[in-house]
Amino acid sequence: MTAQTSGPAPNPGLAPAPAAAGPARDAQGRPTPISSRRAMIECRGVHKYYGDYHALRGIDLTIREAEFFSLLGPSGCGKTTLLRTIAGFEDISSGVVLIDGRDMARVPANARPTNMVFQSYAIFPHLTVAQNVAFGLRRDPRSRAEKAAAVEEALAMVGLKGYGARAAHALSGGQRQRVALARALILKPKVLLLDEPLSALDRKMREQMQVELIKLQRQVGITFVLVTHDQEEALVMSDRIAVMFEGEIAQLSYPEELYSRPVSRRVADFIGMMNFLPVRILGDSDAGVRVDVPGFGEFDIPAANVSRADPGDPGPSVGFRPEAVTILSRDAPAPHRETPGVIEEVVYYGDMTYYDVRLEGAERPVRISMRNVFGRDIQDLGTRTRVSWSPGSLILFR
Amino acid sequence: MAASGTESGQGLRMIAPPLLYAVLMLAIPLLTILTFSFIRDGYQIVIWELTLENYRAVWADQIFRALMLRSLGVAMLVTLATVVLAFPVAYFLSFVVAPRRKAMWIFLITIPFWTSYLIRVFLWKVILGYNGVINSGLKSLGLIEQPLSFLLYNTGSIVVTLAHAYAPFAILPIYVALERIDRSLLEAGRDLGESRAMTFWRVTLPLAMPGVLAAVLIVFIPTMGDYVTPTLIGGGKIPMVANLIQAQMLDIDNKPLGSAIAVTAMLIVTLLAALFLLLNRRFLRVRT
Amino acid sequence: MRGGGLRAYALLYLLFLYAPILLLPVFAFNSGTIVAFPLNEFTTQWFSQLWGNTTLRRALVNSLTIAVSAAVLATVLGMFAARASTRYRFPGQGAALGLIMLPLVLPEIIVGVSLLVVLLAVGVELSVLTVIIGHTLICTPYSVAILTTAFSSLDQSLEEAAQDLGESRWNAFRLVILPLVMPGIMSSLLMSFTISLDEFIIAFFLAGNEPTLPTYIFSQLRFPKAIPMIMALGTVLVAASILLLALAEYFRRRGAARTGQTNSGGFP
Repeated sequence: MTAQTSGPAPNPGLAPAPAAAGPARDAQGRPTPISSRRAMIECRGVHKYYGDYHALRGIDLTIREAEFFSLLGPSGCGKTTLLRTIAGFEDISSGVVLIDGRDMARVPANARPTNMVFQSYAIFPHLTVAQNVAFGLRRDPRSRAEKAAAVEEALAMVGLKGYGARAAHALSGGQRQRVALARALILKPKVLLLDEPLSALDRKMREQMQVELIKLQRQVGITFVLVTHDQEEALVMSDRIAVMFEGEIAQLSYPEELYSRPVSRRVADFIGMMNFLPVRILGDSDAGVRVDVPGFGEFDIPAANVSRADPGDPGPSVGFRPEAVTILSRDAPAPHRETPGVIEEVVYYGDMTYYDVRLEGAERPVRISMRNVFGRDIQDLGTRTRVSWSPGSLILFR
Repeated sequence: MAASGTESGQGLRMIAPPLLYAVLMLAIPLLTILTFSFIRDGYQIVIWELTLENYRAVWADQIFRALMLRSLGVAMLVTLATVVLAFPVAYFLSFVVAPRRKAMWIFLITIPFWTSYLIRVFLWKVILGYNGVINSGLKSLGLIEQPLSFLLYNTGSIVVTLAHAYAPFAILPIYVALERIDRSLLEAGRDLGESRAMTFWRVTLPLAMPGVLAAVLIVFIPTMGDYVTPTLIGGGKIPMVANLIQAQMLDIDNKPLGSAIAVTAMLIVTLLAALFLLLNRRFLRVRT
Repeated sequence: MRGGGLRAYALLYLLFLYAPILLLPVFAFNSGTIVAFPLNEFTTQWFSQLWGNTTLRRALVNSLTIAVSAAVLATVLGMFAARASTRYRFPGQGAALGLIMLPLVLPEIIVGVSLLVVLLAVGVELSVLTVIIGHTLICTPYSVAILTTAFSSLDQSLEEAAQDLGESRWNAFRLVILPLVMPGIMSSLLMSFTISLDEFIIAFFLAGNEPTLPTYIFSQLRFPKAIPMIMALGTVLVAASILLLALAEYFRRRGAARTGQTNSGGFP
């Protein structure tokens, strides 16, 4: 299995904090491109068996310095096992794990330069907040006062200034998570491992913590490895994402790349929403692949838009994201090609409206999303309408 | 494979000390009396010859059969009395007592259980005795002229004493089972048109059955093997199996025969317990 | 009021449970030599008789030695078993735990008799030590039950978190698991101690010529003259058990409060 890395620099929308030059920064304090950074974690041919169960099937991946990296996949795909392998809680059956260039074979969890934020947060209930944060400083040679100052600083960093004396069991879910972060970060690990850290929080808290975690990662400048089954969370937070299925990495890439150029139908299906339509492949052409799609007719799909079908797929298909095509207003001219259809379902989401449209000649309706713009009417159920699309917004899975 | 091997290894190392102890001090002794029960007794010395003689002797013995039947009868009566008397208390604890007072009630119920068993048993003799609490009380009220002599030294007095001794063993498992019942199930029962009594019968009782079954076994098994109560309350006139085993093992010192009695008694108890669970298995399947 | 009938029944039941215990001090402080009504005068002579009784003192020392040893041994064995059952999966786990828990459903006379036969066959002299062996065996299942509950209520990742923060396996156990299961350990010690202190039949078989409190009490119950003194002894024992239990309850509640659990009387 090869993991591919390609595409443009990540997250152009998130401006870097005006920090001084540090690791993975250039002279102006801007982040250096990830591909040029030093490797922090390297997995080479990592296999893991539980009895007969093959949990990790040859993992090859490189996570780089100061990167926010996510392991994304459905439950049971091996993402947590891989994280625990890096942390040292699971032995690997074969292969090599290097952290900062050092082989981790026979290095126990307590001796690895990694720290973990557990899914349950694992806050020690018999200790105060400050004692929890100071837990890893037991062997630290610094004076008591210096340690107390470090604890206070770590708590301030996660927004819990003044919470030190509180009993840990009296904290809310969000506060527990902050304590877990402070407890791990105070040890200045080379890698912070996060095991589904946001899954126990309610939606609002989760969205707030996503932003805070991004900022925190940029501030401390260490490698974060996040395990999540929530594709939206992974897209929002990560520099790069490895999508895993059944113990293998299906695709490793930047969020935009993953979303717009999924390597297989399975990845496309897991990340975001995608319409899949049966296709008849007519043959290769100069412009790419000539196909016939019911409702769209015959056209050429560009070679760059051709991905793999998975063994379980019902044959070749084309897919497109709900926002990749447009429902035209009554008299607007089509910028690309257009196909007539009937609106069969309207789902209103406030900022967006989802339409299920049955294109002329198609068996099943497709889902199309439209941003709600002030002054544009929501179309009614049963309306005959026109859909505008271009061959470049469709992906062929063959 | 390597990892699961080490996990098994760690688990086995962890369980080794208590397991080794149980094997040495329990499994081997039990196997020894099982072996003893098949060899011939040669007074003071043991003759290494396999025989079913002891079992034949046990089953042919009128006294053993009478004692076994009496023990079974007493144990069943005690179990019935204990569980039936305990159920309303467990129900009260679970459904009537306010949550913050439950701990106190449980504490109150378990205290007597922690005080000397021998002395508690003996005090029933004081209560039921010829000049005991009941007789003197009735006499001073003028209800009777002469003390009632039938209160003590009979099966009834043994049943009362044992029902008292094993009360918490019956209350606690039933209470735990009742606590686990999702209260909305009872509301659903009422909502579906059943009366309070029928809801109890069709919802509460079946769901409480695992606790009741546990209570029955927890009371029945030790009662079968009780030695103190028949001796003290029965006045030695109503011996049970344990007294017979003790007599064979120590007083008469016929270890093979004593072993055969012990093994037979254990077999009977085990078979009865298994039969009981088999008959009630549908209640155990309710829960996962 | 709802449950009025049930409440009355429960109170009657409590009276039934407490009747024998309530009678204890009545006769312990009664000067009559026959334990029956009507009562004579108030006296403390039975308590002073207790104090001067050398056999009793010997029985007490034996019983305390046995109970403390059995409680510690059973709790240590129980910790191994509870940890093995909550933390690991291995072949034969069910059978191994089944054997360890077996004394719970075995009449004590069987345990006593079978141990006696083996100990005599091996040539071990009956003594306080042989009683400790038997009592450890019957206390261990209670320890395992209590400690399994204590261990299984712990989040598995607490221990991993401690290791992740740089502590060795043993230190992770010592610094995190041990303090958190301490209430369970205390309950296990107290429960085993109380069971051993009160156990009669195994001590009767395995103590040889050494008296323990229950075997001493049992031997004295045959002599009507000794009964008032036994009532005084019973009073002391009941007072001591209630004190111990109150202490145990205090520790349990404190432990529960410390880790923020709700107090459900120990029966979640």
